[in-house]
Amino acid sequence: MSFLPNSDEDIRLMCNEIGVNSVEDLFVDIPLQVKNPDIQLPSPLSEQEAFHSILRTANTNKLVCSLVGGGIYNHYVPAVVEHLASRSEFYTAYTPYQPEVSQGTLAAIFEFQTYMCRLTGMDIANASMYDGATALAEAVLMAVRTTKKNKVLCSATVHPHYRQVLATYAWASDVSLEIVPYKNGITDFNELSHIINDTVACVIVQSPNFFGVIEDIEKAAHIAHEHRALCIATFTEAMSLGLLKSPGECGADIACGEGQSFGNYPACGGPLLGILACKKEFMRTIPGRLIGKTVDENAKECYVMTLQTREQHIRRERATSNICTNEGLCALRATIYLSLVGNRLAELARTNHAAASYCMEKLVDLGYERVFDKPFFNEFVIKINNARDIQNKLMDNGFALGIPLEEYYPELSDCLLITATECTTKDDIDTLVKLLQTI
Amino acid sequence: MSNIPENLKYTKTHEWIEVQDDYTGICGITDHAQEMLTDIVFVELPEVGIEVKSGEQIAVVESVKAVSDVYAPVSGRITEVNKTLEDSPDLLNSDPYGKGWIFKIDIKVKHELDELMDAAQYAEHVASGV
Amino acid sequence: MVSAMQTIFSLHKEGRNKYTVPQFGAESYDSIPQHLCRDKLNLVDVSEVDVVRHYRKLSSLNFGVDNGMYPLGSCTMKYNPKVNDVVASLTQFTQQHPATIEELSQGSLQIMYSLQEMLCAITGMKQFTLMPSAGAHGELASVMVIKKYFETKGEKRNIILIPDSAHGTNPASVAMCGFTVKEIPSNSDGDVDIDALRAAIDENVAAMMLTCPNTLGLFDKNIMTIADILHSKGALFYCDGANLNAIVGKVRPADLGFDIMHVNLHKTFSTPHGGGGPGSGPIGVVEKLTSFMPVPVIAKKDNRYYLDYDRPQSIGRVHSYYGNFLVMLRAYTYIVMLGASGLKQVAENAVVNANYLRVKLQKHFNLPYNRICMHEFVINDEGMPDGITTNEIAKRLLDYGFHAPTIYFPLIVHGAMMIEPTETEHKDTLDAFVDTMIAIKNEAHTNPEMLKAAPQTTPVRKVDAVLAARKPVLKWEE
Repeated sequence: MSFLPNSDEDIRLMCNEIGVNSVEDLFVDIPLQVKNPDIQLPSPLSEQEAFHSILRTANTNKLVCSLVGGGIYNHYVPAVVEHLASRSEFYTAYTPYQPEVSQGTLAAIFEFQTYMCRLTGMDIANASMYDGATALAEAVLMAVRTTKKNKVLCSATVHPHYRQVLATYAWASDVSLEIVPYKNGITDFNELSHIINDTVACVIVQSPNFFGVIEDIEKAAHIAHEHRALCIATFTEAMSLGLLKSPGECGADIACGEGQSFGNYPACGGPLLGILACKKEFMRTIPGRLIGKTVDENAKECYVMTLQTREQHIRRERATSNICTNEGLCALRATIYLSLVGNRLAELARTNHAAASYCMEKLVDLGYERVFDKPFFNEFVIKINNARDIQNKLMDNGFALGIPLEEYYPELSDCLLITATECTTKDDIDTLVKLLQTI
Repeated sequence: MSNIPENLKYTKTHEWIEVQDDYTGICGITDHAQEMLTDIVFVELPEVGIEVKSGEQIAVVESVKAVSDVYAPVSGRITEVNKTLEDSPDLLNSDPYGKGWIFKIDIKVKHELDELMDAAQYAEHVASGV
Repeated sequence: MVSAMQTIFSLHKEGRNKYTVPQFGAESYDSIPQHLCRDKLNLVDVSEVDVVRHYRKLSSLNFGVDNGMYPLGSCTMKYNPKVNDVVASLTQFTQQHPATIEELSQGSLQIMYSLQEMLCAITGMKQFTLMPSAGAHGELASVMVIKKYFETKGEKRNIILIPDSAHGTNPASVAMCGFTVKEIPSNSDGDVDIDALRAAIDENVAAMMLTCPNTLGLFDKNIMTIADILHSKGALFYCDGANLNAIVGKVRPADLGFDIMHVNLHKTFSTPHGGGGPGSGPIGVVEKLTSFMPVPVIAKKDNRYYLDYDRPQSIGRVHSYYGNFLVMLRAYTYIVMLGASGLKQVAENAVVNANYLRVKLQKHFNLPYNRICMHEFVINDEGMPDGITTNEIAKRLLDYGFHAPTIYFPLIVHGAMMIEPTETEHKDTLDAFVDTMIAIKNEAHTNPEMLKAAPQTTPVRKVDAVLAARKPVLKWEE
């Protein structure tokens, strides 16, 4: 299959005009000894052949009833989201460098920024980051820049992958990272108070945390502020923002996390939607694109990329970040999703909580141990003897039950992080319970 | 042709300084500099009280698509900054030698003034296109 | 204020939101204390039909590749085959959770693994990782690999060389890893100034980052000499693969002496740009750098694919999971359809199209670097009548139904217009573009006011970017 529209005659005419005998003459600057190598790839396929070949591969993936979350969530994506985000005017456009022909993208991202501010309780939100983990890493670099301090404290209840990405970024930029231990499923605030001092740039807490437990962001912010450190509140389940008090209300300075739950698929882990929002005093240090409202020369309200001097294409090595391409289309999907669900997001979040609570109760009724007895949103930790075996048996019967925590927290052997969403029905859970009784 | 007042001293990096008395200088960027930058949208002011050396980067002036550092013409202590620029950066365009002043400096090393250009020299510098 | 553009917020009306939330079918207890909950959500209440009409309206204010030629230099705005999107919307892929990828998504892993292998074959690199989410993310991960390589060797090198024509992401990525940027000038041919390079190189230099072909659209004639100079001092050679579409199938970067590179799947391999992402910026390395690649590495054993975390020298993790899988899937589909021969034709058509435009436009516009180009070239506004500027030409092109080229970049050309036609335009479209550019040049003579007032046919007129920056309004308020 080829998408090259030039005919042989077109090419001949163009070569004539250029003044070369053949297209090959145009590659004159490439050293001869390495030019036109033999590249071993499978033979080209027609669209039909390619589609069927990939469909066969796709069919080797198994679809099961999944009670797995831990950073990526299975929420329903309404048809409207797919339909509108598939409009090629949106998805075949580039970054909106020419505002006069990009008002669609610009206005939608302006709406996205507004939604993110309202959900996180912050003044400013950027046009997206790659994912929750890199949003956190960038938030930390931002805190380090702003406070001119170099030490970072991160709760052990923050998603392990986020901490790993943060560790990579911190190593590269010479930031010192220390982990604050947890106790009974939440950040050990006594220990935090003990460790913190005036050299600390920021304190990071996640709520709901990796165990699904709702953390006390207010307390974290209070402790941080006593030492002129910033409080970064991160989240992996944006759906929780529909129900819980916002990070801004709790006193956090920066809120960041993952927005996949809003209209984007689990999709084997990407593309995702990094969210980064902050209080207005950090307007000049926030990384990434910002869309601002303005007027055109007829005084008509419109939108444009703004405060670009923070960014790499202007400030180069002194930019607030190197980010250029972000997750624009995922942000558009989230915007359409939030417009459609609107204020009923609170109700939707309640359904998530109800499903998870029911699931937790039923598992406890079966005699499994609920590991942390704390308020949670849509995830919780259950201890099941021989958890791995049971997971495998369930998988053969069409269920994926939770994420084993042992590889991240060796002390939590046989513990599973289990997630339910509005896609998890009572029937699903009842069937699961029956299966657990028989295997 | 941009405006180059006779009574000021200039740097190669397009700052001006007006020496009020032996100890106090008022500084800003030149008319030529603001023309090059086009519409100025933001000024990052120095902190009052800091000590700077001549040639040290001390403020930042931004247009929509460019960032330009402002350097101290002489060594000294910053005694005052023009806070009105925070809300009205356009003063740098409309009145670069007047309401668009950026900071006042308590001059420490007086003979550094002798190394700066006078209006004629600066005009030549601008004409040379450096 | 003239007819304000409607936002979703102005459509809000209490009682209009009829979105039906599924109710959980059983009683369960509520564990969340009231003090942890928000009082009120302040999103919107609008109807489904409001939502559909609003975003359909917004889409109509956008210009995409499907609307017309989009010669935005260095951005490779080519046609994106629709089958890519159909494949990427298969529920077998979209509904897979990354945490159970080994157990349930062998098919997805197979595609990722195959794509890595294909990229290795195309570039000559030993190993690829697909984890970085964009070109700049790939650059960052690469500079981390470079840092780790020297750290492991016990060498302290703190400088990375970057040509003055480089994208801003290069120096920004370098700075995020604690290296110092040293800029290397270009010579009058637009290539790296070899003497300046020789003068700059010593044992403190960790690497040089070079975009190949460079941002002038030129293939550096001395590229293998540059590689030799760097290697002789133990430094690494990094290829910014943003412009790989010019040479794909024609030469493998590893054969040119590059040690590490990134590829933009959303440019060369035809995945849509989505109005600013998601992209995908895989990185590839030669043998000696493989142990530093980010974790996990997708590996294969006994016909099963798995995630290899046992990489003690790795820089660590750079993404929540494994990268932008749905973007990879589109690139994979594209490569499978084209094969090696098709990819080579991609480069050939991209290059013949660019040179045809260059030769045609050169008769009317200033071409600072006059030589055979690759997939793009740079002209500027020098000699335009009546002081007409690049920006005015760009805005006028919008009136004629073309997207504008990349303007004012690279920085080494004053008033640059960087034009990349891509291989998916045919000669007739290129001729129409040339005719339009000539018409604009004529307007500059006959009717300069028209140019200065452009654009006039677009959904909004000239936008006041100064106001937006002086008085930032970054969210909607009543």
